[in-house]
Amino acid sequence: MKSVIAENLVKTYRKGEVKALDGLSLDVEEGTVLGVLGPNGAGKTTTVRILATLLKPDSGHATVAGIDVIKHPDKVREQIGLSGQYAAVDETLTGWDNLVMFGRLYHLGRQSAIDRANELLERFELTEAARRPIKTYSGGMRRRLDLAASLIVKPKILFLDEPTTGLDPRGRQDMWGVIQELVKGGVTLLLTTQYLEEADQLADEIAVIDRGTVIARGTSDSLKKQVGGERLEITVEPADLDKVNEIVAKISGHATHVDLRTVSAPVLHGSKDLMEALRAMDEAKIHPLDIGLKRPSLDDVFLSLTGHVAEETVVEPAGKKKRGAKK
Amino acid sequence: MNNAIHDAMVITKRQLLQLARVPELLVFSTIQPVMFVLLFRFVFGGSIDSGQPGGYVQLLMPGIFVQTVAFTLASTAIGLAEDMKKGLIDRFRSLPISRGAVIIGRTFGDALLNILVLVVMALAGYAVGWRPTSGIVQTSLAFLFLFMFGYALSWIGILVGLSVKEARTVQSVGFLVTFPLTFLSNAFAPTTGMPRALQYFAEWNPVSTMVAACRQLFGLKNEFGATANSWPSQHPLETSLLYMVILMAIFIPLSIRKYKNYSN
Repeated sequence: MKSVIAENLVKTYRKGEVKALDGLSLDVEEGTVLGVLGPNGAGKTTTVRILATLLKPDSGHATVAGIDVIKHPDKVREQIGLSGQYAAVDETLTGWDNLVMFGRLYHLGRQSAIDRANELLERFELTEAARRPIKTYSGGMRRRLDLAASLIVKPKILFLDEPTTGLDPRGRQDMWGVIQELVKGGVTLLLTTQYLEEADQLADEIAVIDRGTVIARGTSDSLKKQVGGERLEITVEPADLDKVNEIVAKISGHATHVDLRTVSAPVLHGSKDLMEALRAMDEAKIHPLDIGLKRPSLDDVFLSLTGHVAEETVVEPAGKKKRGAKK
Repeated sequence: MNNAIHDAMVITKRQLLQLARVPELLVFSTIQPVMFVLLFRFVFGGSIDSGQPGGYVQLLMPGIFVQTVAFTLASTAIGLAEDMKKGLIDRFRSLPISRGAVIIGRTFGDALLNILVLVVMALAGYAVGWRPTSGIVQTSLAFLFLFMFGYALSWIGILVGLSVKEARTVQSVGFLVTFPLTFLSNAFAPTTGMPRALQYFAEWNPVSTMVAACRQLFGLKNEFGATANSWPSQHPLETSLLYMVILMAIFIPLSIRKYKNYSN
């Protein structure tokens, strides 16, 4: 059974000037994790906001837990938990205050709200900070508290919008652990992210979105196969660039990506291909400044799926749409 | 309906908790009105001939009370705009709670804060010589009027907050509305010195009718600033009540509708 279905969602801003979603369709099988992968401005947040009943699409259709999000938003809200890009909690209040308040808003009795707050604080290792205002929390702690707030009534379907954006590596690892625990508990999860690694770690299936529409979907493995798994990347003096490009193209069999001094391309056999490249370069008497295998990044996925690198759509205050290459 | 009240109360309680957690908030919301009381009392008090027994402070206090509750418009709007900016309103909207509970709760919270502020101001006023002479019933009625006026304006604040969204802009808009309203009135000086066109405005200005109503209820003669035999000057209580009813009848449904349909 599909827990989440979105069909042909279209959402434009500024009277059609900015197209946030352009016929986006996706679905999530009950009890699984869908990773929605895409750069800033691809439409991830807009998708989540529509599914979480915060935003009405211009056209299209969506159901969550079998309920139409446009016709019965109230019923959908009883089924979902939402945790956004920034911690949407009251920063002047303590962690405990916040969780009790949200518990009360979910219509738990006073004591149950308190018990649930204590339980969640314990589970997310926030007990020590429970009586401190959120203002004093680290980024990772805020996100954990925000996530806790979305779990008060044990929702069956959870939306996490970029749960680790802006966190340091440690915070990200912690968050992943927490999310993996949740998934083991059987929750259906739709997670948006800018990091292929994150989708790889957490998601059963990945939908890659670009410019408001899904451009590829599949398991992490099948996507990587499409992308070509690892990439061979060689940095040399500019004079040797053409020759190295030839070598890499021959080994890879795919299109290469050439920068000022760097050539890269997907390879299938990892270290074996690396050795071959080294041998070929040795024969040609070229000394690499740097050579290595790189796990595919979001850019690589985009490059191979769309032929362009992941681009960031910046919505300018003046109302102009600008597309700039993302580093 | 029960749920709606319960949900609104939770939101109200949140605002009170904020005061408990950050007592500075309370200090700052009371310090400004108290400062106004002292400034006006001692800066203008000596030079304005009020013709009232007890001096200028008797006329001043109703003016400052009304001005202070008028600022509820801005504070409600700013609070709501900040919540929206931080994503808190989105979180509330993703919860299965009654429509409107979030904004109703906020207006309750701001109303409760107003009670506190009015008490502090009354004490400050008493300390500098303000003495209502009308007895407990009329005096209480005056405070009830002030409370209701603040509550009615709070609903305009909700609409402003939802429409403008950016807290800093909201602040400017709030002051742009409340400053002319409070000064183009009989609150601090007689309206007789104003150009005729402004006098009309000042007479019909809800701030003036409120100030006149409070003066009357505190036991003062209603002559300071009442320049004409216009209906609002003659019937400040009725006019004020009418204004409050009209404001609430317009802005409560408008605000609730705006909140329900609000989307970026």
